[in-house]
Amino acid sequence: MLRLKKVNTYYGKVHALKNVTLLLAEGEIVTLIGANGAGKTTILNTISAVTPASSGEVLFNDSQISALAPDRIVKLGISQVPEGRQVFKPLSVEDNLDLGAYLRYRNGESKASIHTDMDQVFSLFPRLQERRKQLAGTMSGGEQQMLAIGRALMAKPKLLLLDEPSMGLAPLIVQEIFRVLNQLRREQGTTILLVEQNARAALKLADRGYVLETGKIILEGTSAQLMENADVKRAYLGKDKG
Amino acid sequence: MQFDQLLQYLLSGLSTGAIYALIGIGFSIIYNATGIINFAQGEFVMLGGMVTLLFLETGKLPLWAAIPCAVAVSTASGMLFERLAIRPLRQPTPINLVIITIGGSILIRGLAMLLWGKDTHAIPPFSGEEPLAVGGATILPQHLWILGVTLLIIAANKYYFYHTISGKAMRACAYNRRAAGLVGIDVRRMVLFSFIISSAMGSVAGIIVAPLTMTAYDVGIMLGLKGFCAAIIGGMSSGGATVVGGLVLGILESLGAGLISSGYKDAIAFIILLLLLFIRPQGLFGKAQSERV
Repeated sequence: MLRLKKVNTYYGKVHALKNVTLLLAEGEIVTLIGANGAGKTTILNTISAVTPASSGEVLFNDSQISALAPDRIVKLGISQVPEGRQVFKPLSVEDNLDLGAYLRYRNGESKASIHTDMDQVFSLFPRLQERRKQLAGTMSGGEQQMLAIGRALMAKPKLLLLDEPSMGLAPLIVQEIFRVLNQLRREQGTTILLVEQNARAALKLADRGYVLETGKIILEGTSAQLMENADVKRAYLGKDKG
Repeated sequence: MQFDQLLQYLLSGLSTGAIYALIGIGFSIIYNATGIINFAQGEFVMLGGMVTLLFLETGKLPLWAAIPCAVAVSTASGMLFERLAIRPLRQPTPINLVIITIGGSILIRGLAMLLWGKDTHAIPPFSGEEPLAVGGATILPQHLWILGVTLLIIAANKYYFYHTISGKAMRACAYNRRAAGLVGIDVRRMVLFSFIISSAMGSVAGIIVAPLTMTAYDVGIMLGLKGFCAAIIGGMSSGGATVVGGLVLGILESLGAGLISSGYKDAIAFIILLLLLFIRPQGLFGKAQSERV
Protein backbone atom coordinates (compact mmCIF):
# COMPACT_ATOMS: atom_id res chain seq x y z
CA MET A 1 0.00 0.00 0.00
CA LEU A 2 2.74 2.43 1.01
CA ARG A 3 6.31 2.10 -0.08
CA LEU A 4 9.27 4.36 0.63
CA LYS A 5 12.25 3.75 -1.62
CA LYS A 6 15.64 5.18 -0.69
CA VAL A 7 14.12 8.32 0.68
CA ASN A 8 16.38 11.18 1.76
CA THR A 9 15.02 14.18 3.60
CA TYR A 10 16.78 17.28 4.82
CA TYR A 11 15.85 19.82 7.49
CA GLY A 12 17.82 22.73 6.18
CA LYS A 13 21.32 21.24 6.17
CA VAL A 14 20.54 18.38 8.51
CA HIS A 15 20.37 15.08 6.72
CA ALA A 16 17.41 13.70 8.66
CA LEU A 17 16.55 10.58 6.63
CA LYS A 18 19.21 8.52 4.93
CA ASN A 19 18.10 6.07 2.26
CA VAL A 20 15.02 4.99 4.15
CA THR A 21 13.19 2.11 2.53
CA LEU A 22 10.08 0.75 4.11
CA LEU A 23 6.90 -1.02 3.20
CA LEU A 24 3.37 -1.17 4.54
CA ALA A 25 0.87 -3.74 3.33
CA GLU A 26 -2.85 -3.10 3.47
CA GLY A 27 -4.37 -3.78 6.90
CA GLU A 28 -1.05 -3.93 8.68
CA ILE A 29 0.00 -2.12 11.82
CA VAL A 30 3.64 -1.22 11.56
CA THR A 31 5.61 0.63 14.19
CA LEU A 32 8.71 2.78 13.97
CA ILE A 33 10.82 2.76 17.08
CA GLY A 34 13.97 4.68 17.87
CA ALA A 35 15.40 7.30 20.14
CA ASN A 36 14.60 11.00 20.06
CA GLY A 37 15.91 12.57 16.90
CA ALA A 38 16.25 9.27 15.07
CA GLY A 39 13.95 10.52 12.31
CA LYS A 40 10.67 8.84 13.18
CA THR A 41 8.62 12.00 13.00
CA THR A 42 10.45 13.01 9.84
CA ILE A 43 9.30 9.82 8.13
CA LEU A 44 5.68 10.67 8.91
CA ASN A 45 6.15 14.25 7.79
CA THR A 46 7.81 13.13 4.61
CA ILE A 47 4.83 10.92 3.84
CA SER A 48 2.44 13.78 4.69
CA ALA A 49 4.56 16.11 2.51
CA VAL A 50 5.11 18.56 5.34
CA THR A 51 8.87 18.07 4.91
CA PRO A 52 9.04 16.62 1.42
CA ALA A 53 11.67 14.08 0.43
CA SER A 54 14.57 15.54 -1.52
CA SER A 55 15.28 12.27 -3.26
CA GLY A 56 13.83 8.81 -3.44
CA GLU A 57 10.27 7.71 -3.98
CA VAL A 58 7.18 7.73 -1.83
CA LEU A 59 4.60 5.49 -3.43
CA PHE A 60 1.02 5.14 -2.29
CA ASN A 61 -0.87 2.40 -4.09
CA ASP A 62 1.89 2.50 -6.68
CA SER A 63 1.63 6.17 -7.51
CA GLN A 64 4.27 8.72 -6.65
CA ILE A 65 3.08 11.15 -3.96
CA SER A 66 6.25 12.89 -2.87
CA ALA A 67 5.65 16.00 -4.97
CA LEU A 68 2.13 16.68 -3.72
CA ALA A 69 0.97 19.35 -1.26
CA PRO A 70 -0.12 18.24 2.23
CA ASP A 71 -3.82 18.67 1.53
CA ARG A 72 -3.56 16.44 -1.54
CA ILE A 73 -2.06 13.68 0.57
CA VAL A 74 -5.07 13.81 2.86
CA LYS A 75 -7.32 13.64 -0.17
CA LEU A 76 -5.64 10.41 -1.21
CA GLY A 77 -6.53 8.83 2.12
CA ILE A 78 -3.48 9.38 4.32
CA SER A 79 -4.17 11.18 7.57
CA GLN A 80 -1.66 12.08 10.22
CA VAL A 81 -2.23 12.46 13.95
CA PRO A 82 0.64 14.85 14.65
CA GLU A 83 3.04 14.82 17.53
CA GLY A 84 1.79 16.84 20.47
CA ARG A 85 -1.78 16.35 19.20
CA GLN A 86 -2.12 19.84 17.72
CA VAL A 87 -5.85 20.03 18.07
CA PHE A 88 -7.40 23.40 17.27
CA LYS A 89 -7.64 24.59 20.85
CA PRO A 90 -9.83 27.66 20.38
CA LEU A 91 -12.45 25.58 18.55
CA SER A 92 -15.01 23.20 20.01
CA VAL A 93 -14.62 19.44 19.92
CA GLU A 94 -17.34 19.23 17.32
CA ASP A 95 -15.71 21.89 15.13
CA ASN A 96 -12.40 20.05 15.34
CA LEU A 97 -14.07 16.89 14.11
CA ASP A 98 -15.90 18.80 11.40
CA LEU A 99 -12.59 20.16 10.17
CA GLY A 100 -11.24 16.63 10.05
CA ALA A 101 -13.87 16.11 7.38
CA TYR A 102 -13.00 19.39 5.65
CA LEU A 103 -12.24 17.80 2.28
CA ARG A 104 -15.42 15.76 2.41
CA TYR A 105 -17.42 18.95 2.97
CA ARG A 106 -15.57 20.54 0.07
CA ASN A 107 -16.54 17.56 -2.06
CA GLY A 108 -20.15 18.32 -1.34
CA GLU A 109 -20.77 15.41 0.98
CA SER A 110 -23.81 15.99 3.15
CA LYS A 111 -23.59 17.05 6.76
CA ALA A 112 -25.81 14.12 7.71
CA SER A 113 -23.44 11.50 6.37
CA ILE A 114 -20.44 13.23 7.91
CA HIS A 115 -22.20 13.41 11.24
CA THR A 116 -22.91 9.69 11.07
CA ASP A 117 -19.16 9.23 11.05
CA MET A 118 -18.86 11.67 13.88
CA ASP A 119 -21.18 9.46 15.91
CA GLN A 120 -18.87 6.60 15.11
CA VAL A 121 -15.93 8.54 16.50
CA PHE A 122 -18.03 9.24 19.58
CA SER A 123 -18.69 5.56 20.01
CA LEU A 124 -14.94 4.90 19.89
CA PHE A 125 -14.27 7.71 22.36
CA PRO A 126 -17.42 8.29 24.42
CA ARG A 127 -15.67 11.01 26.37
CA LEU A 128 -15.57 13.22 23.32
CA GLN A 129 -19.32 13.05 23.04
CA GLU A 130 -19.74 14.32 26.58
CA ARG A 131 -17.52 17.24 25.69
CA ARG A 132 -18.63 17.95 22.17
CA LYS A 133 -19.45 21.62 22.80
CA GLN A 134 -16.38 22.23 24.92
CA LEU A 135 -13.34 24.07 23.56
CA ALA A 136 -10.61 21.58 22.71
CA GLY A 137 -7.96 23.55 24.63
CA THR A 138 -9.82 23.07 27.90
CA MET A 139 -9.62 19.29 27.82
CA SER A 140 -7.01 17.03 29.37
CA GLY A 141 -4.06 15.75 27.36
CA GLY A 142 -5.63 12.33 26.97
CA GLU A 143 -8.88 13.77 25.71
CA GLN A 144 -7.01 15.98 23.27
CA GLN A 145 -5.20 12.92 21.97
CA MET A 146 -8.53 11.17 21.46
CA LEU A 147 -9.75 14.24 19.64
CA ALA A 148 -6.67 14.34 17.44
CA ILE A 149 -7.24 10.71 16.46
CA GLY A 150 -10.94 11.34 15.97
CA ARG A 151 -10.19 14.34 13.78
CA ALA A 152 -7.92 12.24 11.56
CA LEU A 153 -10.54 9.49 11.34
CA MET A 154 -13.16 11.97 10.12
CA ALA A 155 -11.30 12.09 6.80
CA LYS A 156 -11.96 8.34 6.47
CA PRO A 157 -8.30 7.55 5.92
CA LYS A 158 -7.08 4.31 4.44
CA LEU A 159 -3.74 4.87 6.10
CA LEU A 160 -3.41 6.43 9.52
CA LEU A 161 -0.07 7.88 10.63
CA LEU A 162 0.26 8.30 14.38
CA ASP A 163 3.05 10.26 15.99
CA GLU A 164 3.68 9.41 19.65
CA PRO A 165 0.06 9.01 20.69
CA SER A 166 1.07 7.91 24.20
CA MET A 167 3.32 10.88 24.92
CA GLY A 168 2.71 12.32 28.35
CA LEU A 169 -0.42 10.30 29.02
CA ALA A 170 -1.44 8.15 31.96
CA PRO A 171 -1.07 4.38 31.37
CA LEU A 172 -4.83 3.78 31.51
CA ILE A 173 -5.46 6.31 28.76
CA VAL A 174 -2.66 4.85 26.68
CA GLN A 175 -4.33 1.47 27.02
CA GLU A 176 -7.62 2.89 25.86
CA ILE A 177 -6.04 4.54 22.85
CA PHE A 178 -4.20 1.39 21.84
CA ARG A 179 -7.41 -0.60 22.25
CA VAL A 180 -9.12 1.77 19.82
CA LEU A 181 -6.29 1.44 17.30
CA ASN A 182 -6.65 -2.31 17.42
CA GLN A 183 -10.38 -2.02 17.00
CA LEU A 184 -9.92 0.26 13.98
CA ARG A 185 -7.75 -2.26 12.22
CA ARG A 186 -10.05 -5.15 13.07
CA GLU A 187 -13.33 -3.51 12.17
CA GLN A 188 -12.40 -1.12 9.40
CA GLY A 189 -9.18 -2.59 8.11
CA THR A 190 -7.36 0.71 8.59
CA THR A 191 -3.65 0.46 7.91
CA ILE A 192 -1.61 2.09 10.65
CA LEU A 193 1.92 3.43 10.84
CA LEU A 194 2.70 4.06 14.47
CA VAL A 195 5.62 6.06 15.81
CA GLU A 196 6.22 5.38 19.48
CA GLN A 197 8.64 5.97 22.30
CA ASN A 198 6.83 3.35 24.29
CA ALA A 199 8.37 0.53 22.26
CA ARG A 200 6.94 -2.28 24.35
CA ALA A 201 3.34 -1.17 23.94
CA ALA A 202 3.89 -0.42 20.27
CA LEU A 203 5.41 -3.82 19.49
CA LYS A 204 2.59 -5.53 21.35
CA LEU A 205 0.07 -3.88 19.08
CA ALA A 206 1.97 -3.93 15.81
CA ASP A 207 2.54 -6.76 13.34
CA ARG A 208 5.94 -5.55 12.29
CA GLY A 209 8.41 -2.91 13.21
CA TYR A 210 11.37 -0.90 11.98
CA VAL A 211 14.14 0.37 14.23
CA LEU A 212 15.59 3.74 13.37
CA GLU A 213 18.89 5.22 14.41
CA THR A 214 20.19 8.62 13.28
CA GLY A 215 18.06 8.67 10.17
CA LYS A 216 18.76 5.12 9.07
CA ILE A 217 16.76 1.95 9.40
CA ILE A 218 19.03 -0.44 11.22
CA LEU A 219 16.68 -3.30 11.87
CA GLU A 220 13.34 -4.63 10.76
CA GLY A 221 11.21 -7.64 11.52
CA THR A 222 8.01 -8.93 12.96
CA SER A 223 7.11 -7.64 16.39
CA ALA A 224 7.92 -10.99 17.93
CA GLN A 225 11.38 -11.02 16.35
CA LEU A 226 12.12 -7.50 17.47
CA MET A 227 10.97 -8.18 21.00
CA GLU A 228 13.42 -11.06 21.18
CA ASN A 229 16.29 -9.14 19.64
CA ALA A 230 19.00 -8.45 22.17
CA ASP A 231 19.82 -4.96 20.89
CA VAL A 232 16.20 -3.92 20.87
CA LYS A 233 15.74 -5.31 24.34
CA ARG A 234 18.69 -3.42 25.68
CA ALA A 235 18.11 -0.12 23.95
CA TYR A 236 14.35 0.18 23.78
CA LEU A 237 12.71 -2.28 26.11
CA GLY A 238 15.06 -1.71 29.01
CA LYS A 239 15.08 -5.33 30.12
CA ASP A 240 18.33 -7.02 29.30
CA LYS A 241 20.99 -6.47 31.92
CA GLY A 242 23.00 -9.63 31.49
CA MET B 1 -20.96 71.46 29.06
CA GLN B 2 -24.36 70.51 27.89
CA PHE B 3 -25.71 67.04 27.69
CA ASP B 4 -26.97 67.57 24.15
CA GLN B 5 -23.53 68.46 22.98
CA LEU B 6 -22.05 65.41 24.62
CA LEU B 7 -24.67 63.26 22.96
CA GLN B 8 -23.77 64.81 19.64
CA TYR B 9 -20.12 63.93 20.10
CA LEU B 10 -21.02 60.41 21.12
CA LEU B 11 -23.22 59.83 18.12
CA SER B 12 -20.77 61.06 15.57
CA GLY B 13 -17.98 59.21 17.37
CA LEU B 14 -20.00 56.03 17.16
CA SER B 15 -20.36 56.22 13.41
CA THR B 16 -16.70 57.02 12.70
CA GLY B 17 -15.88 54.28 15.19
CA ALA B 18 -17.96 51.82 13.20
CA ILE B 19 -15.84 52.61 10.15
CA TYR B 20 -12.63 52.07 12.10
CA ALA B 21 -14.04 48.78 13.36
CA LEU B 22 -14.73 47.53 9.83
CA ILE B 23 -11.25 48.42 8.69
CA GLY B 24 -9.76 46.98 11.86
CA ILE B 25 -11.51 43.66 11.39
CA GLY B 26 -10.00 43.54 7.91
CA PHE B 27 -6.55 43.90 9.46
CA SER B 28 -7.29 41.19 12.00
CA ILE B 29 -8.61 38.68 9.50
CA ILE B 30 -5.48 38.85 7.37
CA TYR B 31 -3.26 38.91 10.43
CA ASN B 32 -4.91 35.82 11.84
CA ALA B 33 -4.73 33.90 8.59
CA THR B 34 -1.20 34.87 7.60
CA GLY B 35 0.54 36.48 10.57
CA ILE B 36 1.14 39.68 8.64
CA ILE B 37 -0.12 43.21 9.10
CA ASN B 38 -1.45 44.23 5.72
CA PHE B 39 -0.54 47.86 5.48
CA ALA B 40 -2.28 48.05 2.12
CA GLN B 41 -5.61 47.61 3.90
CA GLY B 42 -6.30 51.34 3.85
CA GLU B 43 -5.91 51.45 0.07
CA PHE B 44 -8.85 49.14 -0.38
CA VAL B 45 -10.86 51.55 1.72
CA MET B 46 -9.80 54.34 -0.63
CA LEU B 47 -10.56 52.22 -3.69
CA GLY B 48 -14.08 51.60 -2.40
CA GLY B 49 -14.90 55.29 -2.44
CA MET B 50 -12.98 56.23 -5.57
CA VAL B 51 -14.24 53.37 -7.72
CA THR B 52 -17.79 54.10 -6.66
CA LEU B 53 -17.21 57.61 -7.92
CA LEU B 54 -15.83 56.27 -11.18
CA PHE B 55 -18.93 54.20 -11.80
CA LEU B 56 -21.18 57.11 -10.81
CA GLU B 57 -19.57 59.81 -12.90
CA THR B 58 -17.85 58.08 -15.77
CA GLY B 59 -20.07 55.01 -15.87
CA LYS B 60 -23.25 57.01 -15.27
CA LEU B 61 -24.58 54.24 -13.09
CA PRO B 62 -27.08 54.96 -10.33
CA LEU B 63 -25.72 54.78 -6.80
CA TRP B 64 -27.35 51.45 -5.94
CA ALA B 65 -25.58 49.84 -8.91
CA ALA B 66 -22.27 51.68 -8.56
CA ILE B 67 -21.73 50.46 -5.02
CA PRO B 68 -21.75 46.70 -5.66
CA CYS B 69 -19.63 47.24 -8.76
CA ALA B 70 -17.10 49.18 -6.71
CA VAL B 71 -17.02 46.51 -4.03
CA ALA B 72 -16.44 43.90 -6.72
CA VAL B 73 -13.59 45.87 -8.30
CA SER B 74 -11.91 46.56 -4.96
CA THR B 75 -12.25 42.94 -3.90
CA ALA B 76 -10.80 41.82 -7.20
CA SER B 77 -7.84 44.11 -6.63
CA GLY B 78 -7.41 42.61 -3.15
CA MET B 79 -7.35 39.18 -4.75
CA LEU B 80 -4.92 40.30 -7.38
CA PHE B 81 -2.71 41.82 -4.72
CA GLU B 82 -2.53 38.49 -2.90
CA ARG B 83 -1.86 36.58 -6.09
CA LEU B 84 0.79 38.90 -7.48
CA ALA B 85 2.51 40.24 -4.40
CA ILE B 86 2.02 37.83 -1.52
CA ARG B 87 1.79 34.32 -2.97
CA PRO B 88 4.85 34.33 -5.24
CA LEU B 89 7.12 35.13 -2.31
CA ARG B 90 9.73 32.42 -1.91
CA GLN B 91 10.56 33.13 1.68
CA PRO B 92 7.57 34.68 3.29
CA THR B 93 9.14 35.96 6.49
CA PRO B 94 6.90 38.43 8.34
CA ILE B 95 9.25 41.33 7.70
CA ASN B 96 9.33 40.65 3.94
CA LEU B 97 5.57 40.47 3.82
CA VAL B 98 5.08 43.65 5.80
CA ILE B 99 7.43 45.53 3.51
CA ILE B 100 5.61 44.17 0.49
CA THR B 101 2.28 45.37 1.81
CA ILE B 102 3.75 48.81 2.42
CA GLY B 103 5.14 48.83 -1.11
CA GLY B 104 1.82 47.65 -2.44
CA SER B 105 0.02 50.42 -0.65
CA ILE B 106 2.34 53.05 -2.11
CA LEU B 107 1.84 51.58 -5.57
CA ILE B 108 -1.95 51.51 -5.32
CA ARG B 109 -2.02 55.06 -3.98
CA GLY B 110 0.25 56.23 -6.77
CA LEU B 111 -1.89 54.62 -9.44
CA ALA B 112 -4.98 56.17 -7.89
CA MET B 113 -3.36 59.59 -8.02
CA LEU B 114 -2.49 59.15 -11.70
CA LEU B 115 -5.99 57.99 -12.46
CA TRP B 116 -8.05 60.43 -10.43
CA GLY B 117 -5.72 63.29 -9.68
CA LYS B 118 -5.23 64.91 -6.30
CA ASP B 119 -8.65 66.43 -5.92
CA THR B 120 -11.08 65.60 -3.19
CA HIS B 121 -14.37 64.17 -4.36
CA ALA B 122 -17.76 63.68 -2.81
CA ILE B 123 -20.18 60.82 -3.11
CA PRO B 124 -23.82 61.81 -2.63
CA PRO B 125 -25.41 60.56 0.62
CA PHE B 126 -27.43 57.37 0.19
CA SER B 127 -30.70 58.88 1.35
CA GLY B 128 -30.74 62.62 1.59
CA GLU B 129 -29.16 65.14 3.88
CA GLU B 130 -32.12 65.97 6.09
CA PRO B 131 -30.79 65.74 9.66
CA LEU B 132 -32.72 63.62 12.13
CA ALA B 133 -33.18 64.70 15.73
CA VAL B 134 -32.05 62.25 18.39
CA GLY B 135 -32.66 63.62 21.86
CA GLY B 136 -31.15 67.05 21.66
CA ALA B 137 -28.61 66.04 19.05
CA THR B 138 -28.94 65.52 15.34
CA ILE B 139 -27.56 62.90 13.03
CA LEU B 140 -27.54 62.52 9.29
CA PRO B 141 -29.24 59.61 7.55
CA GLN B 142 -25.79 58.58 6.38
CA HIS B 143 -24.81 57.92 10.00
CA LEU B 144 -27.63 55.43 10.23
CA TRP B 145 -26.46 53.79 7.03
CA ILE B 146 -23.00 53.45 8.49
CA LEU B 147 -24.23 51.89 11.72
CA GLY B 148 -26.68 49.59 9.95
CA VAL B 149 -24.24 48.35 7.32
CA THR B 150 -21.55 47.82 9.94
CA LEU B 151 -23.87 45.75 12.10
CA LEU B 152 -24.88 43.68 9.10
CA ILE B 153 -21.28 43.00 8.11
CA ILE B 154 -20.26 42.09 11.63
CA ALA B 155 -23.16 39.66 11.87
CA ALA B 156 -22.27 38.10 8.50
CA ASN B 157 -18.69 37.83 9.62
CA LYS B 158 -19.65 36.10 12.83
CA TYR B 159 -21.81 33.67 10.91
CA TYR B 160 -19.01 32.91 8.48
CA PHE B 161 -16.38 32.25 11.14
CA TYR B 162 -18.53 30.22 13.50
CA HIS B 163 -21.04 28.42 11.34
CA THR B 164 -19.48 27.60 7.98
CA ILE B 165 -16.81 25.00 7.35
CA SER B 166 -14.74 27.49 5.39
CA GLY B 167 -14.83 29.99 8.25
CA LYS B 168 -13.90 27.33 10.77
CA ALA B 169 -11.05 26.27 8.51
CA MET B 170 -9.81 29.83 8.49
CA ARG B 171 -9.85 29.93 12.28
CA ALA B 172 -8.00 26.62 12.31
CA CYS B 173 -5.33 28.09 10.00
CA ALA B 174 -5.04 31.11 12.25
CA TYR B 175 -4.40 28.85 15.22
CA ASN B 176 -2.10 26.26 13.67
CA ARG B 177 -1.27 26.29 9.97
CA ARG B 178 0.61 23.02 9.97
CA ALA B 179 -2.19 21.11 11.66
CA ALA B 180 -4.64 22.77 9.29
CA GLY B 181 -2.63 21.43 6.36
CA LEU B 182 -2.64 17.98 7.90
CA VAL B 183 -6.43 17.81 7.94
CA GLY B 184 -6.49 18.76 4.28
CA ILE B 185 -7.05 22.50 4.42
CA ASP B 186 -5.29 24.28 1.58
CA VAL B 187 -3.64 27.02 3.59
CA ARG B 188 -2.84 29.20 0.57
CA ARG B 189 -6.46 29.21 -0.43
CA MET B 190 -7.37 30.41 3.04
CA VAL B 191 -4.84 33.22 2.74
CA LEU B 192 -6.48 34.26 -0.51
CA PHE B 193 -9.90 34.14 1.17
CA SER B 194 -8.66 36.36 3.95
CA PHE B 195 -7.56 38.97 1.42
CA ILE B 196 -10.89 38.75 -0.37
CA ILE B 197 -12.90 39.25 2.79
CA SER B 198 -10.70 42.02 4.10
CA SER B 199 -10.62 44.01 0.89
CA ALA B 200 -14.38 43.65 0.49
CA MET B 201 -14.97 44.89 4.03
CA GLY B 202 -12.47 47.69 3.63
CA SER B 203 -14.06 48.90 0.42
CA VAL B 204 -17.53 48.89 1.97
CA ALA B 205 -16.17 50.98 4.83
CA GLY B 206 -14.68 53.39 2.31
CA ILE B 207 -17.96 53.67 0.44
CA ILE B 208 -20.28 54.27 3.36
CA VAL B 209 -18.02 56.89 4.91
CA ALA B 210 -17.31 58.79 1.69
CA PRO B 211 -20.51 60.87 1.67
CA LEU B 212 -19.58 62.27 5.11
CA THR B 213 -15.86 62.82 4.86
CA MET B 214 -15.22 63.14 1.12
CA THR B 215 -12.70 60.93 -0.57
CA ALA B 216 -9.38 61.33 -2.36
CA TYR B 217 -6.52 59.18 -3.55
CA ASP B 218 -4.79 59.41 -0.17
CA VAL B 219 -7.58 58.84 2.36
CA GLY B 220 -6.39 55.28 2.77
CA ILE B 221 -3.37 56.22 4.85
CA MET B 222 -5.21 57.80 7.71
CA LEU B 223 -8.21 55.48 7.64
CA GLY B 224 -5.91 52.48 7.44
CA LEU B 225 -3.91 53.60 10.44
CA LYS B 226 -7.04 54.29 12.45
CA GLY B 227 -8.35 50.86 11.58
CA PHE B 228 -5.02 49.37 12.58
CA CYS B 229 -5.33 51.21 15.88
CA ALA B 230 -8.81 49.72 16.41
CA ALA B 231 -7.43 46.25 15.71
CA ILE B 232 -4.61 46.78 18.22
CA ILE B 233 -7.07 47.92 20.89
CA GLY B 234 -9.03 44.77 20.12
CA GLY B 235 -5.96 42.58 20.39
CA MET B 236 -6.18 41.60 16.69
CA SER B 237 -9.41 39.74 17.29
CA SER B 238 -11.59 39.44 14.23
CA GLY B 239 -14.70 39.81 16.31
CA GLY B 240 -16.23 41.82 19.10
CA ALA B 241 -13.07 43.17 20.69
CA THR B 242 -12.00 44.98 17.54
CA VAL B 243 -15.50 46.39 17.11
CA VAL B 244 -15.32 47.78 20.63
CA GLY B 245 -11.82 49.02 19.81
CA GLY B 246 -13.12 50.92 16.80
CA LEU B 247 -16.02 52.42 18.71
CA VAL B 248 -13.85 53.45 21.66
CA LEU B 249 -11.40 55.08 19.28
CA GLY B 250 -14.15 56.87 17.35
CA ILE B 251 -15.78 58.20 20.49
CA LEU B 252 -12.52 59.33 22.09
CA GLU B 253 -11.56 61.09 18.90
CA SER B 254 -14.86 62.84 18.67
CA LEU B 255 -14.83 63.86 22.33
CA GLY B 256 -11.24 65.01 22.06
CA ALA B 257 -11.97 67.04 18.97
CA GLY B 258 -15.04 68.55 20.60
CA LEU B 259 -13.74 69.20 24.09
CA ILE B 260 -10.07 69.91 23.53
CA SER B 261 -9.41 70.94 19.97
CA SER B 262 -10.21 69.45 16.61
CA GLY B 263 -6.54 69.91 15.75
CA TYR B 264 -5.73 67.00 18.05
CA LYS B 265 -8.21 64.61 16.49
CA ASP B 266 -5.69 62.41 14.73
CA ALA B 267 -3.12 62.71 17.48
CA ILE B 268 -5.53 61.06 19.89
CA ALA B 269 -5.63 57.87 17.87
CA PHE B 270 -1.88 57.62 17.73
CA ILE B 271 -1.40 58.40 21.40
CA ILE B 272 -3.78 55.55 22.18
CA LEU B 273 -1.96 53.30 19.72
CA LEU B 274 1.44 54.02 21.24
CA LEU B 275 0.23 53.68 24.82
CA LEU B 276 -1.35 50.34 24.05
CA LEU B 277 1.67 49.01 22.25
CA PHE B 278 3.80 49.98 25.24
CA ILE B 279 1.54 48.88 28.03
CA ARG B 280 -0.90 46.28 26.75
CA PRO B 281 0.35 44.89 23.42
CA GLN B 282 -2.11 42.01 23.80
CA GLY B 283 -4.98 44.49 23.41
CA LEU B 284 -7.34 46.06 25.87
CA PHE B 285 -9.19 42.83 26.56
CA GLY B 286 -6.50 40.29 25.81
CA LYS B 287 -5.21 38.00 28.51
CA ALA B 288 -1.55 37.19 28.69
CA GLN B 289 -1.12 33.98 26.74
CA SER B 290 -1.68 30.80 28.68
CA GLU B 291 -3.02 27.46 27.67
CA ARG B 292 -3.30 23.90 28.84
CA VAL B 293 -0.97 21.42 27.28
